[in-house]
Amino acid sequence: MASEKHFDEVTGTHTTGHVWDGDLRELNKPLPKWWLYVLYVCILWSIAYWILYPAWPSLTDYSKGYLGYSQRAEVANDIAVAKAAQEKYRQGIANTALADIPKNPELMQFALAGGAALFGDNCSGCHGRGAQGSVGYPNLNDDDWMWGGALDNIHKTISFGIRNGNEQAHSTAMPRFGLDGALEPAVINDVASYVRSTGGLEADKDAATRGAAVFAEQCSVCHGEDGKGNQELGAPNLADSIWLYGNSQKDVVTSITTGRGGIMPAWDGRLDPVSVKMLTVYVHSLGGGK
Amino acid sequence: MGPSFGFYNQGGVVSDTAIERSALGDSLAIGCAVLCAALGLLYTFAGTDLPININGAMLAIASALALVYLITHPTNRAADRAEGYMDGPIRVATIACVLWGVVGFLVGDIAAWQLAFPALNFDLPWISFGRLRPVHTSAVVFAFGGNALIATSLYVVQRTSRARLAGKWAPWFVVWGYQLFIVLAASGYVMGVTQGKEYAEPEWYVDLWLTIVWVTYLLVFLGTLYKREEPHIYVANWFYLAFIVTIAMLHLVNNLAMPVSLLGSQSYSLFAGVQSAMTQWWYGHNAVGFFLTAGFLGIMYYFIPKRVERPVYSYRLSIVHFWSLIFLYIWAGPHHLHYTALPDWAQTLGMTMSIILWMPSWGGMINGLMTLSGAWDRLRTDAVVRLLVVSVAFYGMSTFEGPLMSIKAVNSLSHYTDWTVGHVHSGALGWVGMVSFGAIYCLVPWLWKRKGLYSMRMVEWHFWLATIGLVLYITSMWVAGITQGLMWRAYDNLGFLKYSFIETVEAMHWPYIIRATGGLLFLLGGIVMAINVWRTIRGDEPVDIKDQPAVAAAPELRPGVIAVPAE
Repeated sequence: MASEKHFDEVTGTHTTGHVWDGDLRELNKPLPKWWLYVLYVCILWSIAYWILYPAWPSLTDYSKGYLGYSQRAEVANDIAVAKAAQEKYRQGIANTALADIPKNPELMQFALAGGAALFGDNCSGCHGRGAQGSVGYPNLNDDDWMWGGALDNIHKTISFGIRNGNEQAHSTAMPRFGLDGALEPAVINDVASYVRSTGGLEADKDAATRGAAVFAEQCSVCHGEDGKGNQELGAPNLADSIWLYGNSQKDVVTSITTGRGGIMPAWDGRLDPVSVKMLTVYVHSLGGGK
Repeated sequence: MGPSFGFYNQGGVVSDTAIERSALGDSLAIGCAVLCAALGLLYTFAGTDLPININGAMLAIASALALVYLITHPTNRAADRAEGYMDGPIRVATIACVLWGVVGFLVGDIAAWQLAFPALNFDLPWISFGRLRPVHTSAVVFAFGGNALIATSLYVVQRTSRARLAGKWAPWFVVWGYQLFIVLAASGYVMGVTQGKEYAEPEWYVDLWLTIVWVTYLLVFLGTLYKREEPHIYVANWFYLAFIVTIAMLHLVNNLAMPVSLLGSQSYSLFAGVQSAMTQWWYGHNAVGFFLTAGFLGIMYYFIPKRVERPVYSYRLSIVHFWSLIFLYIWAGPHHLHYTALPDWAQTLGMTMSIILWMPSWGGMINGLMTLSGAWDRLRTDAVVRLLVVSVAFYGMSTFEGPLMSIKAVNSLSHYTDWTVGHVHSGALGWVGMVSFGAIYCLVPWLWKRKGLYSMRMVEWHFWLATIGLVLYITSMWVAGITQGLMWRAYDNLGFLKYSFIETVEAMHWPYIIRATGGLLFLLGGIVMAINVWRTIRGDEPVDIKDQPAVAAAPELRPGVIAVPAE
C-alpha cells in the first residue's frame, strides 16, 4: 500500500519501501558478489568458446571458430580411423574361404568378436541373446539343424533366409493339412499321437497306430520313414526330443493343421558380405556346427 | 481483511451501466456456449474419424452444461454486486490440481512398472506404454502443474494488486476450458491421436481450443494487473506474466500445422527435418523454462515470504535474475540436439547460453532460501515450509545439473539415457511438485476460510513419502543412465561394440524397479495430500491446530485480526 521504508532487524537492511498484501516486502540487498562473479566467469568462458568454435550465424554463413572444429569432420575421421584399424582383418576375411577362416587364429578371433556383436544387434531379437531360441525360433547352440549345420549351409540360410520371398531363400513349406482340408481333425489327432510317440513321448497307442499309416502316406516323403527329417527340404527331425513349436498334443496338432511355415529374413544386402561371413562363423562356433 | 473491499464498486450501488455491461457479458457468454455446442455436435456427427467424434461429443456436452448454468444464472442486481476477491475459479483449479496430480502420478507409476515388467502392457493398445507416457507427462505438467499455476497466479495477482479478477465469466471459462483441454488431450492420446511432438502431443483442434483458453487467461491476468491499486507490480507477477506470454508464443509456433481435413483429427506440421526438431526443442526447453521454472518461481516468490513472514531477500537480485533468466532460457533449446544434424553453431549457442543460464537460475534459489534468514526455525516446526524450501533446494540442484548436461562432452554420455529422465524428475518431482504441494497446503485453508489444515501430521507424512520417493527415483536413474551411457560406448580391442542393445536394456531392470518403487511412494504422498485437502475443505475440525503456525489460518481467522466490516 503506502510506501514505508522498513528497517529489518534480522538482516540490518532496509526494505525497498514497497508493501503488498499486508506484509510482503523486499530487502534492498545488493547482488551477492560470488553470484555475480560466477556469472561473469560463465560469460567469459562462453565468449572464449565462441572464439574457438563455430558459434554465430550470419545470413549466409556462420563464424567457423579459431580451431576450425567441425562435428561432421570429427565423426567422419573417427569412422575412418575405426575402419582403418579393422581393414586388415576384413580384407583377410573377404579373401579367405569360409572353411579356411577357423584355421587362421587371428581371423577367427576377429570373426568371432564381430559375429557376436552382429548377432546381438541383428539376430538376438528372435533367437535370444544367448542364441537359445524360443518357441518358433530355433536354438542355435545345439546340433539339431533344420537347413544344415555346415558352414556353407549356415551361410546360405543367413544370406537368403527362409520363406521370405527372396529368390534364393529356402522356400519349401509344409502343407497346411488341416486348414486346406487334406486331413480330417480326427486323423490329424492320430498323426500327432504317432509323431509324439516317435519323439519318445507318451501317446495313445491306438491313435498312434492309426496315425502311423497316415504318416507313411502323407509325411514320410519329407520327414523320412523313420521321421528323422530331411535338411534339404528343411523338414525337421521328429524322432528327437527337440520341438520347435512345443510338444504337447495340442501344439503338434496345430503344427500339422497349419504347417507353421516360419520365416527368417534375408541378410544379404542388409549386412555386407564380410559381416555375413563373420556371423556364419560365429553361429557355427556356438556348439553344433557340422 | 474482510470479504468486501472499498476499492471496488464505491458506494455500494451498482450503476445501470454496470448492469448493462454485465448483461452484455452474459449474452456474449451464452452466444459462445451455443457456438461451441454447435461445433461439438458438428464434429460428433460429421467428423471423419472416431476420436474426433468422441472429442466433439465432449465439447458439445461441456458447452451444453455451461449453457444451462449461464441461462439459469441471469444478471440480477443483488448477485452482480461483485465484492472482494473472486476465488470461485481458484477453488476449482485448486481441487483440479490435486485430483489431476494423483491421476498423473498414478499413470506415471504404471508406466514405470511397465518399463520394468513389459508384460504389464497386457497387449492392450489403449494402456500401452507409448500411449500412457504422454497421458502421464500431460497430466503432471499441464493438468497438475497448469492448474497449480492458474490457481496460484489468479490468487496472487488479486492479492498483490488489490483488485478483483478482470471479467465476470472469463476466469470461469479459463478454469473450466482448461479442464476440457486436458480431457480432450488425454482421451485423444489413449485413442492414438498425437502429433508425435513431446509435450505438444495434442492435435490441431485441441491446440486451437487451448489457444482460446490461454489468450483468455492472458487477458484476465493483464486486466487484473491493469486495475491494480498498487503502484508497483509484485515480482511473482512478473514471473507469472512471462510464463503466460511465452507459453502462448511457444504453443502457437510449435503447433503450426495443416489439418488433413477440417473434419478429421490428423494434421501435418509446417516444419520438417532438422527445422522441425529445432522448433520442437525450442518449444520443449522453454516449456521447461517458462512453464515449469518461471511460473513456479512466481509461486515461490509469493508463498515462501508469505508463509515464513519474512521479506524477499533481495529486490535487486530478483530484477537481475528475472531478466537474465527470461533472456537466456529462450536460447537453450539446441542443447537437446547435440550431435545430431543440427549445425555446429546452433549447438554451440545452445550449450553456452545454458552455461550462462546457471547463475540466473540460481538467483531464484538464493532469493528463495535466503528469504528464510531469521526464520530458519520454521523448517523444523512447519512441514509446509519444509516442502517449500526443499523444493528450492531441488530447483538449485536441477538447474546446476541442467547446464552440466548441456556441455557437449557430458551430453555425449548422458543423451538418450535415463539420466535425462532422472534430471527431469528431480526438477518435476522435487521442484515443481514440492513447491506446488507447499502452495496447495497454504491455499486450501486460506481459500475455504479454515483455521488451518485438517492435519499437519499428514503433511509430515506427505513430505517424507515424497522426499524418499524422489531420492529413490533420482539415484536409480543416475545409476541407470550412466550405466547405459557407458555400455553403449564400450568397445572391445578389435573395435566392436561390447554390448548389444538388449543387454543394456536388461541392465536397466533393477534400476527400473527401484524407480517405480520411488514413484509409488511419491504417489502415496499425493493420496495423503488429497485426503488432507478434502477433509480441510469439508470443514473437519483440525486435529493438531496447536502445531500449526498462525499464518496457516485464513487471513480473517488469524489471532488478533478483527474482521473489518465492508466500507
